[in-house]
Amino acid sequence: MLTTISSSTIFFISLLLFGIGAVGSLVLAKSDKWANVAGSVFAVSGSISGLVSSLSVLIKNSVFSFNFDLLAPLLSVSFRVDRLSAFFIFVISLIALVASIYSLGYVKHFYNKYNIGALGFFYNLFLAGMLMVVSAHNAIFFLVVWETMSLASFFLVIFENKEKSNLRAGYLYFIMTHIGTAFIIMAFLLLYRSTGSFDFTVIKNSMGEVSLLVKNLVFVLALIGFGTKAGIIPVHIWLPRAHSAAPTHVSALMSGVMIKTGIYMFIRIFMDMMTGIPVWWGVVVLVIGSVSSLLGVLYALTEHDIKRLLAYHSIENIGIILLGLGSSLVFWASDMKSLAVLGLVASLFHTLNHATFKALLFMGAGSVISQTHTRNMEEYGGLIKHMPQTAFFFLVGAMAISALPPFNGFFSEWATFQSLFYGIKSLSVSVQWVFLLGAGSLAFTGGLAAACFVKAFGAIFLARPRSEEAKHAKESAVTLRIAMAILAALTLVIGFFASYITSVLATVASSVRALGFAEPVFSSAAGAFSLKDGFATVSMPTILFSIVAALVLAWIVLKIINRQAKIKIERTWDCGTNLNGRMEITATGFSRSIITVFRGLLKPTKQTDVEYHDADMRYFAKSSAVHLGIEDIYLNNLYKPLQALVARLAAHVRKIQLGNLNVYVLYIFLTLFALLILLAF
Amino acid sequence: MTSIIIWTIQLALVPALSPLFVGVIRKIKARFQNRVGASIFQPYNDLWKLLHKDEVISEDASWVFRFAPYIIFAVTVIVGASIPLFATVFANNSLSDLLVIVYLLALSTFFLALAGMDTGSAFGGFGSSREMTVASLTEGGLIFSMLALVFAVDSANLFKISEAVSAFPLVAMMPIMLAFAGFLIAMLAETARFPFDNPATHLELTMIHEAMILEYSGKRLALVEWAAANKLLIFLALGANLFFPWGIATTVGLMPILAALGWFVIKVLLLSLLIAVLESSIAKFRFFRLPDLLFTSFILSVIAISLIIFI
Repeated sequence: MLTTISSSTIFFISLLLFGIGAVGSLVLAKSDKWANVAGSVFAVSGSISGLVSSLSVLIKNSVFSFNFDLLAPLLSVSFRVDRLSAFFIFVISLIALVASIYSLGYVKHFYNKYNIGALGFFYNLFLAGMLMVVSAHNAIFFLVVWETMSLASFFLVIFENKEKSNLRAGYLYFIMTHIGTAFIIMAFLLLYRSTGSFDFTVIKNSMGEVSLLVKNLVFVLALIGFGTKAGIIPVHIWLPRAHSAAPTHVSALMSGVMIKTGIYMFIRIFMDMMTGIPVWWGVVVLVIGSVSSLLGVLYALTEHDIKRLLAYHSIENIGIILLGLGSSLVFWASDMKSLAVLGLVASLFHTLNHATFKALLFMGAGSVISQTHTRNMEEYGGLIKHMPQTAFFFLVGAMAISALPPFNGFFSEWATFQSLFYGIKSLSVSVQWVFLLGAGSLAFTGGLAAACFVKAFGAIFLARPRSEEAKHAKESAVTLRIAMAILAALTLVIGFFASYITSVLATVASSVRALGFAEPVFSSAAGAFSLKDGFATVSMPTILFSIVAALVLAWIVLKIINRQAKIKIERTWDCGTNLNGRMEITATGFSRSIITVFRGLLKPTKQTDVEYHDADMRYFAKSSAVHLGIEDIYLNNLYKPLQALVARLAAHVRKIQLGNLNVYVLYIFLTLFALLILLAF
Repeated sequence: MTSIIIWTIQLALVPALSPLFVGVIRKIKARFQNRVGASIFQPYNDLWKLLHKDEVISEDASWVFRFAPYIIFAVTVIVGASIPLFATVFANNSLSDLLVIVYLLALSTFFLALAGMDTGSAFGGFGSSREMTVASLTEGGLIFSMLALVFAVDSANLFKISEAVSAFPLVAMMPIMLAFAGFLIAMLAETARFPFDNPATHLELTMIHEAMILEYSGKRLALVEWAAANKLLIFLALGANLFFPWGIATTVGLMPILAALGWFVIKVLLLSLLIAVLESSIAKFRFFRLPDLLFTSFILSVIAISLIIFI
């Protein structure tokens, strides 16, 4: 099939299928069931053809492009799928495929409550939007599809519109994403001014004429603009709110892949279009990566809303991806292209890995939410007995994201560490410290992520139930479990074949113009991934096999030593009281000690409400409640002052708004006059 | 033939000797307290006894609780076989990478903490919380203290580190001693020793490790205890053979191997003595003072790395 139909045709078939899915679910909106089936089935088939087309590009290395000029002068519908685009299309289609299988069963609990037709429409539009974002090759067209993706995801965030908090989250997302877009537009306009084109290839080829100042400006603008989508700190504030508000299969896509479109554009602009970049770009990206990864995981620890916890982990993982990307930028700017390949491969690998395990974790969370109808982890507990399969899949995801061997998360963190180590040992003193900082924050991030997922898994699935819903939970629908099983298997398989995948990713990474097909510093043979100078080696299959072998050995030895051991089932030792669900440790209690350690950064708050029997005699409390939380330092110290400033400026601007038509005509005339004068020079 | 023998020694040495050093530390501590103390072989008897007992398992516990001891023990055996013990001839072992070792040990910590939460007792849950707090803060110091050696010898393979450091001139050892100070702190935290944890009691206020394993009994308790002993010996061996790798065999042969084994036991005994002296002479820290100590470990290691890479 691959030989008869070209990969470009398959790519457009995939877009077409999403289109049919979108329209189809609107047409069938009368019946919830059929709208869901149409939306999901076409999304599944669209994702499959997306997968096929991206794989054929990656394997056959056949770049394809498509150009169609519209009547509008600057807007041309222009696609180009090279290896970098194909890699991102692969990741998006992979997660979209699993999420669409998941949605078949998951959307059922929205029946008769919300408009399923609209969900299917925006869902398919969102998927098509993401695919076009990573393949668009013209800045104006890019902005159109970027907005399509953002707006479709906005409507998905406010899908459950009967809850006030979701509307607020959606509104914040709407504002933040458009602030981001404003920066992106400025970046493209600057590039247009220097190169005279919106076409990516033309921009790329005339990069030599662009002055360093413009390049630096474009860097900063793109960093803020695309960073807002990627969720770097401090422009992350929309992310935990919006990702937790959206329906779960959409959260999985937003957290797993949508934020990666920001990473894609970082690579596209910084490493494919730009030339001759200064070292400080990479340094800035490394610092942002360190801060985002460390703070992201710390904020995740403070959460007891399961989806917000996962959303904060996305910030952490974007930080880890940026550590790889930043080191790659520094290496490239220092003219060490072989090392830059290592950094970029680590970054791409973590992009793939984070997509798989984050989608898995969101789906596990969604499966739990569909049974307990709450996102509050304090109201779960003991679910492993009622939902054993969900629990198992969630545990796999938790281990993968905590970078524990033998799963895939370990390998990409290992590779990121190596690229940071190479920075420490082979660069000059002026940048070594940043790599040291990056390695330090990555080391702490790994430990803290493990702590956070012990907390999450323990609070959700272990011990005794803490609410009636948790007591009567049942295993979720079969499509949900199939979706999770696929992803859980993928985390292990990707980990197992890590060294093979790195050799594919190396071709992707070295195909960006910056790296010019440089020979990477690593090699992979027989399942082992090693750095060519013998600095370090890791073999994921060996790790897996030795763990399995040691487990089997321990089990056999114990069986031999103690053949007739009996196991008695008894109550947990309870000091004579009856243990109930309220006595076990909670998610808040679990992480409180870490929060106390980092109180300087997190600013924990504690509010005690006591109600007395007699207000005058404060001895006998009727009820007392303690609220533990953390201060939102970004809202209080950055966004609120900014908002106040904008409001003050707006008040001044209002003075020219007189309400008199003649004055407005004068304004128009003056503007025209000023423009004409400007044109004359 | 010789290679089979030395591989067998390498694989079995840690699980075989680990209870002995637990016994030795207990004996030295007992002597400090003017007690005779149990025989240094007592931990072997304890394990043997526990392995033959029946078990009581909580009705709230899930398969995580039942499975955890196996994975914890398996991981310590794997790690024990992948670190330099007496010879540096295993360098082609792809598991003996610094980060692989650290993250494998994190895998066992992860399951131990989950098992602590699984039975739903408040005590176990708080043990897990404290364990993960200490473990997550230790990771930085642990990785960075050994990272100093990695940069000193330009390899992350533990056997190569051992071999290269043993040839270092005394002058070059200065920053390495600084890194060792960082490693020592991380080691005390990881092996649940003073001033982080008290390995000898079940007192609610102090406990981390013992709190998590309170609900275990019988053969699973034996596995957990054995794994804890393995972990102690792993860290003692890492301390002895990465930072003071003198006497380690670099060639295969009966005499060098025997001599190296002797050296290994002597060095580990000295480190055990150090731990016993520390435990007998200092008090346990308050829990929220521990992070200061752990950050000290991290900072010491950063200084060591800076000295190595900048000079």
